[in-house]
Amino acid sequence: MAEENGGPILRLVDLTKTFGDFVALRGISLDVREGEFLTIVGPSGSGKTTVVRLLVGMDHPTSGDIFLNGERINEVPANRRPTCMVFQSLALFPHRSVGQNIEFPLKLRKVDPAVRKQRALELLALLRLPESYYGRSVLRCSGGERQRVALARALAFDPEIIFFDEPLSALDFRLRKALQKELKDLHRKTGKTFVYITHSLEEAMVMSDRIALMRFGRIEQVGSPDEIYNAPCNTFVAEFMGECNLIPVRVANDGRLESDRVGTTLAAPRSDLTPGYEAMLMVRPEAMRFLAAEEQADCMVEGRIGNEYALGSRIQYGVQVGDSLLTVEKLREDRFTGGADSVVRLGWNAADGRLLDPSD
Amino acid sequence: MHGQSNRAGLLCSLPMAILLALCFIAPLLVVSGFSVMPAKTFSLLQTPTLENFAAVISQGYFKSLLWSLGLAFVTVLILLVLCYPLAFAMAKVFHRFSDVITILVVLSLFVSENIRLFGWQLFFMKGGLLLGSLHALFGANLDSLLYNAPIIVFGMVYVYFPFMLFPMVLGISMIPDELRQAASDLGATRFEILREVDLPLAMPGILVGSMLTFVLSAGALAESKLLGGQKVVVMASEIETAFGYGQNWPLGSALSMFLIVLVGAIAIFALSRLDLDQIMGRS
Repeated sequence: MAEENGGPILRLVDLTKTFGDFVALRGISLDVREGEFLTIVGPSGSGKTTVVRLLVGMDHPTSGDIFLNGERINEVPANRRPTCMVFQSLALFPHRSVGQNIEFPLKLRKVDPAVRKQRALELLALLRLPESYYGRSVLRCSGGERQRVALARALAFDPEIIFFDEPLSALDFRLRKALQKELKDLHRKTGKTFVYITHSLEEAMVMSDRIALMRFGRIEQVGSPDEIYNAPCNTFVAEFMGECNLIPVRVANDGRLESDRVGTTLAAPRSDLTPGYEAMLMVRPEAMRFLAAEEQADCMVEGRIGNEYALGSRIQYGVQVGDSLLTVEKLREDRFTGGADSVVRLGWNAADGRLLDPSD
Repeated sequence: MHGQSNRAGLLCSLPMAILLALCFIAPLLVVSGFSVMPAKTFSLLQTPTLENFAAVISQGYFKSLLWSLGLAFVTVLILLVLCYPLAFAMAKVFHRFSDVITILVVLSLFVSENIRLFGWQLFFMKGGLLLGSLHALFGANLDSLLYNAPIIVFGMVYVYFPFMLFPMVLGISMIPDELRQAASDLGATRFEILREVDLPLAMPGILVGSMLTFVLSAGALAESKLLGGQKVVVMASEIETAFGYGQNWPLGSALSMFLIVLVGAIAIFALSRLDLDQIMGRS
C-alpha cells in the first residue's frame, strides 16, 4: 500500500521507450503522490502522450519500471489496471446513452442494474448534469456536456488514478476556462489522484498541485507551479513558463554582472559567483518597473519605449535597451503615462533576477 | 432558394429515375401483371384471376421456397462467421496488405460465376482434381462430393463472399480505435469489447452484407444446378422451369412474386432495425 499521507501511489523509474530508431522517452523518473493533481506539460513531440500510454497500459516500456502502490505493473494490460483515462477524443460510446456510458465499467463488473443506475444518477449530479440526461444519446450532448459524461464514466470506474490526455484541447476558450476550474473543484471533492497531460502551460498553472515539464523525452523540472515559475532550472523551462527577459551576462571581478547587450553592469542575485562565468539573467516582465527621476534600484537600465500591448487586466511594453528588446508588464492601473518613444529607466530588485545556464 | 435546390436535385436524379423505372420497376410490373393472368397464357389483357397463387400454394412449391430460404440463411450464417475475422484484420490489422486481399477478392469477380462454379465441379467430381488426386496418392476410393445440399451452400458461400466481406470491412473501419482502447481501459476483456463495442458499431456493415448475401442466395440458381444437380430444387429453379420448360408465364410470375414479397419483407424488417444515422453520429 501507499505510504501514509502523500506517499507515492505511482512511481516511474528510469522509463525509456523506443519505436524502431525513434527514442520517445529517454529515462523518465517521477513519483506521483496520492491525491495530488499532477500535470505533465510539454510541447508536442516531448513524449508526454507516450508516458501516459505506458501508465495506462496501452503500451509497454522498453526499459525501466512502473510501480503502482509498490507493485510492478509494467506488463499488466490496460483492462487489469485499477487506473483509467479520459481520452482527448473522450471516446464516448456513440451507440449508448449518457447513462449507459457512465454505467459501462459497472456493467462489466456485473453490478446490479438498480445500483448501477443509482450510481450513474449520483455522478450526473456531481458533474451538474440534469437527471434527464440519463437516457439521452451522447451524440445529442454539447462539447462541454460530453466532457462531463466522460469524466463521470471515469469516476464510475472508481480508479486509483485518473489520467487525462488533453481532454479540453478541442473546446473553445471560454468553455475550456470554465471546465479547468470545474476539474480542479472535482479533484478536491473526490480526493482522487489526477494525472493530466497538456501542452498548455496556462492549463497546467490553473489546475495543478505539481507540474512536470517535459522536453525531448526527458523531464526537465518537477515542482509546484510557483516553484517552477519562480525558479526555472534552465532557459527552456523559463521561456515555457511564460514570457521572460533573458539577458546574456558575464560575472565581472567585482561580482557584478556585465552585459554587452544592455551596455551596463547589473547587481547579481547571488554573491557566490566565479568571475568569468557566463550565464543568462532571467527577469520576469512583471518584476521590472519604470523608475521615476532620481529613483534608485538594484539593477537599472535605460531604454526607449516601443510598442504597447493591451492584455486585458495587464499591459505589456516592449522597451529597447541597447541591443535587447525587453518586455515589461504592468497592471492596467499602474500603466506608463509617457508616450511611445519616450526614454525611460527600468529597474528591478537583484533578488528578482535568476541566473540560468545558457546550455540550451 | 430552397425550392431551387430541390428542383436541381430532382433534375439530377432524373436519369437514374428513368433508368430505374425502365429496368427495374417496369419488369416488376409486368411480372406482377402476369401473376394474375390465367395459366399458360401470354397476354396481359385478360380478366385477372388468383388461380396461379392457388396453384403455388396447393402444388407443394413450399418445399422449394423453404430450401431457398434455408440455404440462404445457412449461407449468411457461415459468411458472417467466416468474414468477420478477415474483415476485422483488413480494417484494423493488415494496413497495406489489406489492399492485396481486396484486389485478389475483386479479381475473382472478373471471371463469370458459372465458369468458376464449373471449376469447382471439376474439382469435386468423381475422378476430379480432389478425389482423383486422393485416389492416385493414397488409393482412397471416395464417392463424389457433389450433388447434395452442403455443396450448394459451399458454392454460395464462395460466390457471395465479397458481398459480405466488403460491407463488413467498411463497417468495422468506421469504428475509432480509441473506443476499443477506452473499453479496455475501463476493464473490458477482448470478448466484452467485441460484444459491447465492435459488433454494435459495425452492425450497419454487417447488416448490409447479410442482406445483400441473403437476397442473392435466396434467388440463386447456378449453385444448385451446377453443384447440387437435381438433388435440391430451389425456388429460382422452379421459376425458371415454369417460364421455360413449362411455358407457363403466369405460374412463374406468381412464384416470383412470392419470392420477392418474402425476401423483401425480410429485408425491410432488417432495414427497420438499422438506424444508420444514429450510428454514424448524425442524429
